[in-house]
Amino acid sequence: MLRLSASGLACVRGSRSIFTDINLELLSGEALALVGPNGSGKSSLLRLTAGLLRPAAGRIELAGGAAERTTAEQAHYLGHLDALKPSLTVAENLAFWVRYLGDAPDTRLAALTGVGLRGIADLPAAYLSAGQRRRLSLARLIAVPRPLWLLDEPTSALDAAGQDRLADLMRQHLSGGGLIVAATHGSLGIETRELRLGGTA
Amino acid sequence: MSSFSALLLRDMRLAVRVGGGALMGVLFFLIVVTLVPFAVGPDLAQLRRIGPAILWLGALLASLLTLDRLLAADHEDGSLDLLLMGTTPLELVVLAKAAAHWITSCLPLVIATPLLGLFLNLEPLAIGAVALTLLAGTPALTCIGLIGAALSVALRRGGLLLPVLVLPLTVPVLIFGVAASNAAIIGPMSFGAPFMILCALTLGSLVLGPFAAAAALRHGLE
Repeated sequence: MLRLSASGLACVRGSRSIFTDINLELLSGEALALVGPNGSGKSSLLRLTAGLLRPAAGRIELAGGAAERTTAEQAHYLGHLDALKPSLTVAENLAFWVRYLGDAPDTRLAALTGVGLRGIADLPAAYLSAGQRRRLSLARLIAVPRPLWLLDEPTSALDAAGQDRLADLMRQHLSGGGLIVAATHGSLGIETRELRLGGTA
Repeated sequence: MSSFSALLLRDMRLAVRVGGGALMGVLFFLIVVTLVPFAVGPDLAQLRRIGPAILWLGALLASLLTLDRLLAADHEDGSLDLLLMGTTPLELVVLAKAAAHWITSCLPLVIATPLLGLFLNLEPLAIGAVALTLLAGTPALTCIGLIGAALSVALRRGGLLLPVLVLPLTVPVLIFGVAASNAAIIGPMSFGAPFMILCALTLGSLVLGPFAAAAALRHGLE
């Protein structure tokens, strides 16, 4: 049983306090939606969890997983930037991240099929639309199994079919014992708990 | 180890694709070396005397060209975030990037040196000495540059800061590289002593560079 827990978490960026004293507890199979106005620290909380920012106080960690791996090494981070190289093809971009991030069996084609990009695997990523780029980033999450998904506005740029597919993927991930923390302004299409940030701001 | 080779191969592939700029370094090297005779005049004896220094300076400047994109490109498109979240130690990650930079940007310079040496009226022995010192010395340039690239990664327009940070640190490499080349050509010093120091500088920066760059990246997390 995996457990993501944070206690007394505080974030300061550029000498401005973004949030203080965040406590949360999330178990396997649960999803947490971070909601709040712009600038309330949703993305910062995700980056803190991913180990890309240092907390000013408190701690956040994933317990019960692989003992030798840090929280960041058990997490997927899907941010606003899609980490794609325009001169590499769709398949090459995905293949690199699969080889870099994990020693997983080769699930690339299944992952591309899963996000509906199978037909354009050989197209350079420079020619992809915003929605297709997002789909390709999602393929990384499927191709390399990691228990914690940190999603920053995952539905942005996705069409209705893409959003349905994302909801399916998230449901599969949760039923497999995964955890999801997602910053969102809209609906994710799945059952989530909610953490409201910046209520007083 | 598969992460290391994956990153190395990806960076090499990116460098040779459109916009990667692997060949730009060689072209820049060629231009620097051909400009010098126009500046100092077509005196063959003089060109032969300063030839090794010109080749070394040209290679030093050419190796800087692609350095500012070494980490900045990954920072801008979000790749660096994901690289940090891998299971590979950050020191190995930056070492892989440095290795890819050396293979795609510095090795072509070493290979082009014999041809450019002919432009400067160098004899075969001199050409061999310069090529050998460049082969031994350019890894140091890459590793020192790696530290500068890591320090300037988060800054907008960090590309301008990079040469200012890196060039002063490369002075010892330049001194011993040119000294070893000249020792082989005109003496009276033996080739061995300065060449050994050059190799030591390279080995030292191979160890120091990745650790310093990784520390700079970690510190820059903001």
